[in-house]
Amino acid sequence: MAEPDPTEGRRSDDPPPRLETRGLTIAFGRKTALDGVSFSVRAGEIIALLGDSGCGKSTLLRAVAGLEQPSAGHVLLDGRAMSARMPPEERGVGMMFQDYALFPHLTVLQNVRFGLHRWSSGEADAIAKARLEQVGLADRASSYPGTLSGGESQRVALARALAPGPRVLLLDEPFSNLDRRNRDRVRADTVSVLHATGATALLVTHDPEEALLVSDRIVLMREGRIVQIGSGADLYRRPTSHFAANFFGDLITFPSRCMDGVARTQLGAFPAPGTADGALVLSCVRPESITLSDPGAGCPARVIRRRFLGAFSELILAAEGLAEPLRLTVANDISTREGDIVGLHVDSEASLVFPIEPD
Amino acid sequence: MSVTVELAETRAAIGSGAADVTAPRLRAAPLAWAAAAVALAALILSPVASLTLTAMQGSGEVWPHLLAHVLPQATMTTALLLGGVGIVVVVLGVGAAWLVSAYEFRGRRLIEIGLLLPLAMPTYIVAFAYLDLLHPIGPAQSGLRDLLGVTRPKDLLLPEIRSLPGCVILLGFVLYPYVYLPTRALFLMQAGSLIEAARILGRSPSAVFLRIALPLARPAIALGTSLALMETLNDIGAAEFLGVRTLTVQVYATWINRSDLPGAAQIALVMLAMVLLLLAIERWGRRGRGYAGSAQRQRSMARHRLSGALGLAALGLGMVPIVIGFLVPAAYLVHSAIARISRLGFPHGVIAEAGNTLLYAGLGTMLAAACGFFVAAAPSLVSRRFGQGLIRLAALGYALPGAILAIGLLGPLTLADGAVSGVTTTLFGTAPAIIGVGAGGALVVAYLVRFLAVGVGACEAGLSKVPGSLAEAGRMLGRTPIATLLRVHLPMTWPAVLSGALLVFVDCVKELPATLLLRPLNVETLATHLYGEAIRGTYEDGAVAALLIVLVGLIPVALLLRLGSPADTRAQNGP
Repeated sequence: MAEPDPTEGRRSDDPPPRLETRGLTIAFGRKTALDGVSFSVRAGEIIALLGDSGCGKSTLLRAVAGLEQPSAGHVLLDGRAMSARMPPEERGVGMMFQDYALFPHLTVLQNVRFGLHRWSSGEADAIAKARLEQVGLADRASSYPGTLSGGESQRVALARALAPGPRVLLLDEPFSNLDRRNRDRVRADTVSVLHATGATALLVTHDPEEALLVSDRIVLMREGRIVQIGSGADLYRRPTSHFAANFFGDLITFPSRCMDGVARTQLGAFPAPGTADGALVLSCVRPESITLSDPGAGCPARVIRRRFLGAFSELILAAEGLAEPLRLTVANDISTREGDIVGLHVDSEASLVFPIEPD
Repeated sequence: MSVTVELAETRAAIGSGAADVTAPRLRAAPLAWAAAAVALAALILSPVASLTLTAMQGSGEVWPHLLAHVLPQATMTTALLLGGVGIVVVVLGVGAAWLVSAYEFRGRRLIEIGLLLPLAMPTYIVAFAYLDLLHPIGPAQSGLRDLLGVTRPKDLLLPEIRSLPGCVILLGFVLYPYVYLPTRALFLMQAGSLIEAARILGRSPSAVFLRIALPLARPAIALGTSLALMETLNDIGAAEFLGVRTLTVQVYATWINRSDLPGAAQIALVMLAMVLLLLAIERWGRRGRGYAGSAQRQRSMARHRLSGALGLAALGLGMVPIVIGFLVPAAYLVHSAIARISRLGFPHGVIAEAGNTLLYAGLGTMLAAACGFFVAAAPSLVSRRFGQGLIRLAALGYALPGAILAIGLLGPLTLADGAVSGVTTTLFGTAPAIIGVGAGGALVVAYLVRFLAVGVGACEAGLSKVPGSLAEAGRMLGRTPIATLLRVHLPMTWPAVLSGALLVFVDCVKELPATLLLRPLNVETLATHLYGEAIRGTYEDGAVAALLIVLVGLIPVALLLRLGSPADTRAQNGP
């Protein structure tokens, strides 16, 4: 096998990343689920794989686990490439399943002990009990999974996945089976357990808010490729594509034309350095960077509706030259009423301009 | 091969319902699995290959004799037998299914269940019983003569049971449940509202039956009929006792009586062609299965209430197959067995034979159940395509009649024996006294090949209830596929595995042709003992042995009943 050494090209004094993928590609028949995905995770980091369903994020997770075989590319753990055929049980990677996959015929303690077969019986017991203690379920050790609540099952699954001390913990939509009331608490608990154990984690989610909440960095995916990698703030403030910008929060988009490095829009001139004169671009702005001013200043708009939403109010505005109405949240003490004409002002520093993507 | 897979499913439905399962995509097939799969494939395919090779050795001077006097007649007889049994099982099976699905009458539930009883009656036992019952000086004819005041047997000539028509009728009356079971399930669960719709549109009951129910049930009828015909092809006892010279009988006669193995192999090849033809017909009969299967689960049709004389007539009609196919032969066996035991005590020979039966059927069962579990698990643990291939192979083994299997396995196993004794001779200087073929190893292997599909089917049904993520979780926690299978799947599915083992055991106990041909010298099982007595025309201990076999055969029927009506379990299985 004359394959190029995937570890070459790194300075020897750098510690290798805990997990790395290089050009990972997976095809199911004609469909390419994963198309040349490369990224790396440092030890102790929590990374969110974010994207819509079918974007390849779960496939990526399963490829790292060894549950799918890549047709090209490599997965490296601590700088060492794993062969594509290396079975899951030899990788030292843990996984928490979306449905938790607790063994129904084993007690909670036996479930957590299941992965500890390389330890002596006494040690395995001690480790499993400590993990259960950590997730607050020591008193349910002898219960069977069928008697647990959703939140408890999730915690058992977490304890079980962490028990053998995996080099990387993979979490597949770990909170999607919980109802909203539980989810926030379980999520916070999970993150604190992950931090307490210093685990390196790769978590799949389709919820951008969840990705922002739990992860140190986000890998945003679309159609089998990575769109952008960065911290949550990076992706929110400096998205490199309209897709990335649109994925996090509301975005007001209007096509416009460029002249002299500036996109001229109804809401003002947005800087678009380096764009050719006359080029059609997508100018975007987040609602929170629009401020209201007196009529006459900025872009004129009429208030169609005003709704009270508790902590704040929402205004629905028809702006001149915009096809779609805008929704802005404002403080409750603003006196604007339905039918009023206001001026819209945009902080041009917060504007985003993207080339038109072929969708 | 779908027919045999279906049968395995039908039988597995006894154990538990199956659902479609999405297997994880674990495509890494470890070497051990691949090796085991190759071994299994070789085991199942070698009989066919070896059979062909043996047949090609030619039998010299015997061949012209076979070609002129044996093959055409045996083929013709077998074809007539298959055709006749096919007609009888369709008429009885579909008619019975329609009777209990479309009409309500006093005793209907009893009939519905009772119609399954002939499943417990192997073909050779029903023939054994009726041969004695209908003998000119047997109880039936004597009674009739007394009734009519006739004194000499010659004066009252009844149709001879020892004939092709007699064989057709007897086989039809014990094999119709194969058609009854799936057809009734279809009437109940899938065709119900369609049949009601046809009624509301104003069609007469007979038009509804002929134009709606029958076409809808076609796939089920095709499946059931092909299973019944496979049993017919496999049968050696009934045909032999009733003097019908079928291909199976000729295989046995050519091999054992004429000591002409190549000749027997040539006849067996013709049988193999018939098996393939049956499978093709079955597939053709089930074409367009989709429209019946795609119907959503529906409630059963409202039954037409029959009261008074009509209800009694329906009850009487429903009793006919039960009485002929089960009650009469069973009563005869009980009566003869009691007579034998009260006169001479429990026959000692039968105890030893029951032990032999237990030994060989038990070994075969353990092997088939264990292999069945691993084969059934292969799609989810190793790879879907690999596993499905193995399951298909198992189904092929099920389609092979025992006589074909016996001849086909003899060559490969003798080779293996030779290899083993060669190795031991070089290593230890002596060859083991008896191994493999001689010690009944061949018989156990034949049971494995023939009934693996039954074990696979039951285990598949159980495993389909284990979510795919559990297998992955086991491996993500550092366990090998085998360890995961043994520690996660086996504890979760042991009831299904056990019920599969039970079904295999019953089939092994009932199996006659392979047992007859492959048993070690001077070893008798219950089935072969019965065969021997019937051939000699002695009926002393046979009834006791036959009764034991029927009692074992009742186990699957009881399993069907324990899980409610068969249609309900079948319906859970889904289309």
